[in-house]
Amino acid sequence: MSDTGPAIETSIEAETDTARGDSGGVDQQTAETVLSARDLEVFYGDERALKPVNAEITEKKVTAIIGPSGCGKSTFLRSINRMNDMIDVCRVTGELRFKGKNVYDEDVDPVALRRKVGMVFQKPNPFPKSIYDNVAYGLKIQGKDGDRDAQVEEALRRAALWDEVKAKLDASGLDLSGGQQQRLCIARAIAPDPEVILMDEPASALDPVATAQIEDLIEELSRDYTVVIVTHNMQQAARISDRTMVFLTGGELAAFDDTQAIFENPKSQRVEDYITGKFG
Amino acid sequence: MSTTNPFEDVSDLDRKRTIGRVFVALCIASTMVGIVALVTLLADVIYESWGWLSLEFLTYPPSRFPESYLPGGRGAGIYPALVGSIFLIALTALFTVFLGVGAAIYLEEYAPDTRTTSLIEANIANLAGVPSIVYGLLGLAVFVRFARMGQSLLAGALTLTLLILPIVIVAAQEALRAVPDSQREAAYGVGATKWEVIRDVVLPAALPGIMTGTILSLSRAIGETAPILMVGAATSMFVAPDSLLGPFAAMPMQIFDWARLPQAEFQHVAAAGIVVLLTVLLAMNAVAIYIRYRFEADLP
Repeated sequence: MSDTGPAIETSIEAETDTARGDSGGVDQQTAETVLSARDLEVFYGDERALKPVNAEITEKKVTAIIGPSGCGKSTFLRSINRMNDMIDVCRVTGELRFKGKNVYDEDVDPVALRRKVGMVFQKPNPFPKSIYDNVAYGLKIQGKDGDRDAQVEEALRRAALWDEVKAKLDASGLDLSGGQQQRLCIARAIAPDPEVILMDEPASALDPVATAQIEDLIEELSRDYTVVIVTHNMQQAARISDRTMVFLTGGELAAFDDTQAIFENPKSQRVEDYITGKFG
Repeated sequence: MSTTNPFEDVSDLDRKRTIGRVFVALCIASTMVGIVALVTLLADVIYESWGWLSLEFLTYPPSRFPESYLPGGRGAGIYPALVGSIFLIALTALFTVFLGVGAAIYLEEYAPDTRTTSLIEANIANLAGVPSIVYGLLGLAVFVRFARMGQSLLAGALTLTLLILPIVIVAAQEALRAVPDSQREAAYGVGATKWEVIRDVVLPAALPGIMTGTILSLSRAIGETAPILMVGAATSMFVAPDSLLGPFAAMPMQIFDWARLPQAEFQHVAAAGIVVLLTVLLAMNAVAIYIRYRFEADLP
């Protein structure tokens, strides 16, 4: 995906069109769209948090969402698995399609959606249960049958935590360090095998070493999962993502392109100003 | 070479320190008033009851003759009232836990955030301040007379339930509110339904707080006299209550009854009764403190 030379666009609409047009190319099998937003808008009461977003998120890639504080990047992320439903005053218009199905359709149960679209939060939030029970929780409530021990081990291995905790699976999840807790939360999210993993600044509360571990892990995860990650750290976005969405103040999606293109050759002055640190 | 003191111009500190010391002394004095009053009360009660409190006091029914209470006497005590109070509190606990936690879960987790809800919540808080004699009258009218329960253990327990229900609801609501949203989000994030989130995450985290609030309310209820007086706790029970709809005695009523008897010796018997009541009460509070200390999970 990173070498799509001719894909130079001047607007988001054109970009989205090209992304669709791309499907005729060589990447067809590996670059399917799993999430697509069509004129997705989010309001908190009378205030518009997100201007109409049109975007296609590709399967098994890491898509980073960057932008200054309050630009709507978390709002967009939380509209994907309908976590915004929990906020009474929040209203969503437009469409957010998961594999072609608008998740805001009447017949979509947000609980079913969240089984396909897992989430990792900004602050590690393990349950005050054992490490094992933390990972097994999703499996249990989703009724995933099979060898529970093997499923838990697999999830912990994928979250690069198994070697550190295999001897103390009965210890409380809260006894782990911050970085380990966040990897435990990742294990909990991937254990029921969702298709998409949303991450809301997963490393912002962690020290540099733990952050590096999480970043390595995200690259690993993108082999099996579609990862959408909000980060306020532009270097992080540049390091780990294949595609980058840039939101700017007022909830506007100002750019969405291959990460390399965004950072090396931003199309608009405003995006360039943000990326080069002139504001935000 | 003479050095000048660089702090010479700072001259107001002595006065400020003095004010500070006076302030601390006043605060300590305020604390002491409470402690001294409590210690005096306890010392007086224990002194009064000295020699009158024996194992027989816990296992024998009351008697009209003060000498029966003395060691070596025929044996008399608080037994029916002690057992009555324990039954009363156990029943009250059963009713309050279900009603109080149920109402708190509804109000905190399900009820829409409307004016009606806040009105209900404000009124529950107001009910917590209604004098207990009013609940006694309500219990007499509703349970004893209207529901034809008579002057029974069940009517007493239901009346005490009404009395502490508002306090338990408010305490349980606070405990539920203290569960961080990040915990709820974690469960929603892996595809839990609202019921599963409440059952698996919210309730376990709130339980220590709910238990503490409930036990503290119950220890208030066990000492209440007015409501059970209205509902008609007996003062001349010689056996422990044996059925829900039968008559019952309770410790506060029994103590009140002893205290108003003319013979001076009964003041010692009443003091012995107070020591038993306070012991039960302090034991319940100790359990509440233990639960809070032991089970309150330090959530992220």
